[in-house]
Amino acid sequence: MRKRAKTLPGVTRRQVLTWSTLGVAATVSQVADAVSLKGSPGWTPFSDNPPETYPQQGWLFFTDAEAKTIEAMVDRLIPADDLSVGGKEAGCAVFIDRQLHGSYGTFERLYMQGPFQQGTTEQGDQSPLVPRQRYRKGIAALNRYVQQTSNKNFTDLTPPQQDELLHAMEAGKVHFSDFDAQSFFLEVLNNTMEGFFADPVYGGNREMVSWKMLGFPGARYDYRDYIERHNEDLHFEPISIAQWKAKDES
Amino acid sequence: MKKLPKTDVVVIGLGWAGSIIANELADEGLEVVGIERGPWRDTARDFNIGTVTDELRYVMREELMLRTRQNTCTMRNNPSQTALPMRTWGSFHPGNGTGGAGNHWAGITFRFQPEEFRLKSHLTERYGASAIPDELVLQDWGTTWEEMEPHYMQFERVAGTSGRAGNLNGEKRPGGNPFEGARSGDYPTPPLRQPYAPTLFADAAKNLGYQPFPVPSSLVSEAYTNPYGVTMGPCTFCGFCTNYGCANYSKASAITTVLPALMRKPNFTAYTNSEVLQVLTDSTGKKATGVTYIDSSGDEWEQPADLVIVAAFTFENVRLMLLSGIGEAYDPVTNSGTTGRNYAYQTANNVTLFFDNKNFNPFIGAGAVGMGIDEFNNDNFDHSGLGFFGGGSIRVTPIGAAPIGYRPLPPNTPKWGSKWKQTLKDNYLSTMSIGCEASSYTTRTNYLSLDPNYKDPHGRPLLRITFDFAQNDLKMAQYCTNKVAEIAKVMNPREMIVKPMTGHWSSVPYQSSHVVGGFIMGADPRTSSVNKHLQVWDVPNLFVVGASAFPQNPGYNPTGTVGALAFKAAHDIRRYYLKRPGEMISA
Repeated sequence: MRKRAKTLPGVTRRQVLTWSTLGVAATVSQVADAVSLKGSPGWTPFSDNPPETYPQQGWLFFTDAEAKTIEAMVDRLIPADDLSVGGKEAGCAVFIDRQLHGSYGTFERLYMQGPFQQGTTEQGDQSPLVPRQRYRKGIAALNRYVQQTSNKNFTDLTPPQQDELLHAMEAGKVHFSDFDAQSFFLEVLNNTMEGFFADPVYGGNREMVSWKMLGFPGARYDYRDYIERHNEDLHFEPISIAQWKAKDES
Repeated sequence: MKKLPKTDVVVIGLGWAGSIIANELADEGLEVVGIERGPWRDTARDFNIGTVTDELRYVMREELMLRTRQNTCTMRNNPSQTALPMRTWGSFHPGNGTGGAGNHWAGITFRFQPEEFRLKSHLTERYGASAIPDELVLQDWGTTWEEMEPHYMQFERVAGTSGRAGNLNGEKRPGGNPFEGARSGDYPTPPLRQPYAPTLFADAAKNLGYQPFPVPSSLVSEAYTNPYGVTMGPCTFCGFCTNYGCANYSKASAITTVLPALMRKPNFTAYTNSEVLQVLTDSTGKKATGVTYIDSSGDEWEQPADLVIVAAFTFENVRLMLLSGIGEAYDPVTNSGTTGRNYAYQTANNVTLFFDNKNFNPFIGAGAVGMGIDEFNNDNFDHSGLGFFGGGSIRVTPIGAAPIGYRPLPPNTPKWGSKWKQTLKDNYLSTMSIGCEASSYTTRTNYLSLDPNYKDPHGRPLLRITFDFAQNDLKMAQYCTNKVAEIAKVMNPREMIVKPMTGHWSSVPYQSSHVVGGFIMGADPRTSSVNKHLQVWDVPNLFVVGASAFPQNPGYNPTGTVGALAFKAAHDIRRYYLKRPGEMISA
């Protein structure tokens, strides 16, 4: 093998980026194009790769009626009590709405090619439905069931009645027409917990309510002074990404 | 298809293995092209300290992992089932982009023990051939500890690995791992300081007569400049580590330790967001001529090269060889072929301890801070009459406690409602766990092959995993987890959950990203795919490097060995191959 003279590859419409222009390419990293990179790493001050968030007001995915059903559900999954506000006030429904509006809602990143078939438990979720479809169909199936059994919407049931139905869904003891009640329950439970415990930047966990409840300090990044302070309450006030963002924007 | 000018070397994948080899061969003065299917990743931007502490994004939505839409695997537990695609990652987390899975790894950096490299011979000598269970197809690696040791040293020096030597040049050192092979040098940085839970565990283990040691960790404990001149900063125990990129330049990865030096070399070029479709061979099939790849515009390119290095993740290494028709595909029925054989995993076991009146501050942690013992790992204990071989690394490594994922609850706690909330609050700060990451021994029916039904976006078959836990491994899991429970009892928790691995392998809950084998190394081309130089049998200008080369998996994390194998391949290419291209038989 011979040692070659240093040449740039003879590319045609491929772009050979130098590091001074990489910052530009990087800002569109969600749809990053193939590039050839040559040369020493550079860095653009204040460049970052921010989280997917939506500043708009109002519901972005849910209809008002759907939102009411989800708000009622998250308020039973995480009820208001001495420890925290309820799931609705904590922003869990807003969180789910934003997630469904964003890339998660369509499983944009996931393998969704067929053939779809039911597998073993070990083979995991094989549903052809993406989260937007799961919520739209699930909420409709739930309200249809409540209409048929008690002539009401889910939101009109008393909290103990709502709990009873949710327990039955969780245990697989109730069946909706058109949608699997248990898997809908688990979908909502899973996303509600995400909303309650995720960084407030996504619309849930308002005022870091769950972190304050648990004693989780959130987005802090340096515990070198604390690692050997064993078995001690360190009284940290939590910090969120949202606070950092707010500072940037002020 | 457009053809690019020929290069000396093309390297597929710019994670740990690919970056190390590309850098070594660029040092040789060769023109090197690295092709990476994912994006360029950069600490300052992608792992920005203002946004990196995001559990939803990095753990739940798997930001740094390969998108399954781009490429996934199908799985089944046995050959009689129809494999179905893993639509979301669960059991393991393949990486994507420069740095690969080495961006979101934990940082635990064990060396395999000397006996591992001749495991079959070792067990046969100690226990007799008839003692090895019939279901197992264990093999020697075709290399030795003596050949591997200098390359472990190279990797640790590049990564700045922190730890305490237990065996320095044959001299046993108190406080280190007494079971490690003789090291030629100490760890580059001293051990990390410990949070509460690991110290409690270490005290209990010591009381039982075991010898606890700090888990070797490629999270550096102090400012460190590696031999390439790249500087890292000390770990801050932020607890956003495993599954996250590090914002502090503390966790070693190709991004933080190799690429900054490599990118400065004028004879290196990286193609990102470019996925290799095939390794090309000439009409004899005995010479690789380059690769084809597709870029994000959908354009296909041919990159000719004199030397082809395949250094992607385990799965893609094996799939590329199957798609390129290199080697013969393994068939478990006829027991013929080698590509895809000896696929193994890791057997994950756990004991959770619930206390009253203790505060572990579990959010203070890191992927690789903690204390461990090795008395029940691999063949460190007498297996006579036990009916199984192997064992596990028992350790307490608090990785952080971001609460979407970390919600410790005693058995029979409801999953929602006020009682759930109260119980979670009561246990969040006062719970810890002891893990036992154990060996996975190969069987005839655990293997990798091309899926007949499911395709990637380019129409190529997905890789199919056929895997279930060997009975040997389930017996081992029970035995070792009982040993963990004995230690846990000494720690006197209010309540505990003892969870050895049982039943079938499930693709759903996360267990370990340590998938190994499928293109294994060995001394015999009938039972291995690469020789001890990681050189493909019969295609001497093609090297396949990574955990795909492991003939089975011991009870240790694989990255230290992946790094050592990459340095070994690079060393052997530089020292032997470039002087006399061809099969390195005599070396």
